[in-house]
Amino acid sequence: MSASTFGSGIRRREDPRLITGTATYTDDIVLPGMLHAAMLRSPFAHARIRNIDTSAAAEAPGVVAVYIGADTDGEIGPAPCAWLLPDSGLTIADYHCIAKDTARYVGDIVAVVVAESIHQTYDALDLIDVDYDMLDAVVEPKQSAAEGAPQLHAEIEGNQAFHWTVTGGGDITEAFESADVVVKETIVQQRLIPNAMEPRAALASYTKATGELTLWNTTQNPHIVRFLVSLVAGIPEDRLRVIAPEVGGGFGSKIAVYPADFITVFCSKKLGVPVKWVETRSENYQATTHGRDHVQEIELAATSDGKIVGLRATVWAGMGAYLSTAAPGIPTILHGLMLSGVYDIPAIHEDVYGLYTNTTPVEAYRGAGRPEATFMVERLVDLLATKLGMDPAEVRRRNFIPKFDDGHDVVTGLTYDSGDYDGALTKLLGEAGYDQLRAEQAEARKEGRYIGVGLSTYVEICGLGPSQVAGAIGFQGGLWESAIVRFHPSGKVNVMIGASPHGQGEETTFAQIIAGELGVSPDDVKVIHGDTENTPMGWGTYGSRTTAVGGAALALAARKIRDKAMVIAAHLLEAAVEDMEYEDGKFFVKGSPESSKTIQDIALMANVAWNMPEGVEAGLEATTFYDPPNFVFPYGAHLAKVEVDAETGSVTLQRYVAVDDCGPQINPVIVEGQVHGGIVQGIGQALWEEGVYDEDGQLLTGTMLDYAIPRADGLPDIEVHSTVTPSPHHPLGVKGIGEAGTIASTAAVYNAVIDALQPLGVSSVRMPLTPERVWRSIQAAEEDN
Amino acid sequence: MRVPVSITINGRQYSRDVEPRLLLVHLIRDVLGLTGTKVGCDTSQCGSCTVLIDGVAAKSCTCLAVQADGLSVTTIEGLAGDDGLHPLQESFWNKHGLQCGYCTPGMIMASHELLRCNPDPSDDEIRHGLEGNFCRCTGYQNIVRAVRDAAGSATGGAQ
Repeated sequence: MSASTFGSGIRRREDPRLITGTATYTDDIVLPGMLHAAMLRSPFAHARIRNIDTSAAAEAPGVVAVYIGADTDGEIGPAPCAWLLPDSGLTIADYHCIAKDTARYVGDIVAVVVAESIHQTYDALDLIDVDYDMLDAVVEPKQSAAEGAPQLHAEIEGNQAFHWTVTGGGDITEAFESADVVVKETIVQQRLIPNAMEPRAALASYTKATGELTLWNTTQNPHIVRFLVSLVAGIPEDRLRVIAPEVGGGFGSKIAVYPADFITVFCSKKLGVPVKWVETRSENYQATTHGRDHVQEIELAATSDGKIVGLRATVWAGMGAYLSTAAPGIPTILHGLMLSGVYDIPAIHEDVYGLYTNTTPVEAYRGAGRPEATFMVERLVDLLATKLGMDPAEVRRRNFIPKFDDGHDVVTGLTYDSGDYDGALTKLLGEAGYDQLRAEQAEARKEGRYIGVGLSTYVEICGLGPSQVAGAIGFQGGLWESAIVRFHPSGKVNVMIGASPHGQGEETTFAQIIAGELGVSPDDVKVIHGDTENTPMGWGTYGSRTTAVGGAALALAARKIRDKAMVIAAHLLEAAVEDMEYEDGKFFVKGSPESSKTIQDIALMANVAWNMPEGVEAGLEATTFYDPPNFVFPYGAHLAKVEVDAETGSVTLQRYVAVDDCGPQINPVIVEGQVHGGIVQGIGQALWEEGVYDEDGQLLTGTMLDYAIPRADGLPDIEVHSTVTPSPHHPLGVKGIGEAGTIASTAAVYNAVIDALQPLGVSSVRMPLTPERVWRSIQAAEEDN
Repeated sequence: MRVPVSITINGRQYSRDVEPRLLLVHLIRDVLGLTGTKVGCDTSQCGSCTVLIDGVAAKSCTCLAVQADGLSVTTIEGLAGDDGLHPLQESFWNKHGLQCGYCTPGMIMASHELLRCNPDPSDDEIRHGLEGNFCRCTGYQNIVRAVRDAAGSATGGAQ
């Protein structure tokens, strides 16, 4: 196997254990003497807790302990918010792990039962008697901001968690006043439920004699969990081991460290035995973080020939009842700074109001802020095209940032790394047969059929990110990554990384990086991750950063190995280092490739150290801590083709074509898989998914029966294409691909449906575009006419 | 109260006294320690717990352990036998039909049922046949490819 392995679609090394049922997820682990915990959660969205009687539960069969909020005083602090958004008037309400006097959303924990079996915990939960005083609730962010709205936190005026603004470029008022045309829209980015297929779980095992605790946790970022658990539960970080074993998807919902995690730790610490907690799916819907939940009022100013001169927006972002770990950065930094999209927009202004509501906390969900930004911009561009009677592709072209390969500043303050947005769109239109689609649409309209074609051109901020920037934007952590590459005497390699993949395939792609850099077979590389005890510090897998940052750390560590191996090889071949060459796992004197030392030869010599060059340490191992100089900015262009049945309002997605550019692809099969999955999640938002609360704050979509997750039927085969534009600052040129599909696809599908409905006079439908909503919009448009 | 259950799983017989309310999936996972079968929901939507009961696929969360008394169950651990991987497992691997892997055991068992009933399904039939199993990672496309690939290998190359 050779360097050519980099870039080939080899089978995943993760899969044998996953397809045979031998992988170990958190809930699969059983420890001797282990007890089970279950949480009693508030059935009301907003209620004063007058009294909790746990006496009957405490005496129920198998019950070992019942705890309420007061029992945790001095033991575990509130669940922290770790993104302290600056210059925003950020107010952080205490998120007590067990609610003390007030429950603020359906799912807020009010008590925990620990028992010998899981069934006994559930039986005992039914015996806890809580006396609630109902309070008025508010669930919509804009209503939460209104005068007279029910107030969630006594110390926080107007339910406002923050007010953040971004202003860039020229005078926005002037831009709008002098514009030839202005288009406006109000968009509801509905609440979504992430639905990682593995429910969340925690297993804590505390040893009183040593003061050490091991926590198995369904997390995307075990080192952050370790850091926060040490702060909240008072266990020193050196005595704390966090293991993310097999993790069954996250999509952002496993970034946060949750009250239930801290409570499980508390229970184990208190009782001195292992305690496991596993959420049910219904619990997941109530208490594992949700995504999106924006109300956006947006407007775009342009010249009569379609050149954008300004973009202005006000967003009300629902944050839920408390601020989850990373929540404040999502609708602001990851959203507002991306409002220029792929376009040259000379003036941008956005106000974002983060509002507390009596709902499940809202956090990152695949794309996290960027889908909401892309949707705004892509919707406005389509509205502009309609207003000017121009083709949506043409309006985009008139506003694209021209091709650049080493940095482009946008007015929101970011410097994009590289891009050829017109190139991506041109390729897309060719692959999709855009002109034929328009012709087909025209023909269909003559027959009274409603075909629509929707475009979405996007750029995303990924590879989070330079730690100095993290500090400046209030993120309470670093954003670098680390890697250790260790050659064993036999030439086999262990790679230890700080990042924590959970389905994205880095055990394979990172082995391919090593193969590419050092010429070993990927089969000889085992990638170890997810255990704080045997991996170096890392900041987690989210924001399409694992390959973009961790992959860079790994490549640089591999190059350190190569440099050292070169010195050893020169010594063994009795040559000067300057005269040496490396190719495909072999080191040789220039011009004499027939007499070479392989990387395996060097690994053996370095490990036995019988004959090392003067001053060179034994061992063949390297560590890199890589802090990126900038973010990476993957981009692309997507197209959806739909047909709408005007009689029923039902939408059929007929084609979906994607062109994505994530730089060089380490494993194109894995890239394609990421694109598929991401696109379908975005399609889900456009057509089917919504987390719905009633006005009292009851979650109406409380089970998988009520929430429309995309299924295998109802989807076309996605046509995946790519262009390759390396990032100028990444050692391998790679960007990121985990979120791209989701960022692009909601707008593409939405634009296609509105395009289909144009002859019927419909220009806006609230998502998801269910048959009922589409049908009602058609009826309303007919009445207006 | 406990009642005796005798059940054959992956060819091995197990006898246990269980609570009547115990679901088959919990017998399999929690009592017998066969954790390849997953639980993804509490309303029988997701299909992660799909197993074969007397050769027919069933969601093991919809069945009480006592109802399976005397029956023969195959879980993901028992699909392949001793000689390597089942063709479906090979195809899921070859076609990148999984990412996080959590839905995979149930998806493979449901695909087994699909091919048992329809050895040479069209893509559309595969998509409809798997609509009772949720996957959040793959967007299903490579799962469809995997099932088609497995059908091809089972029927001598038919696509």
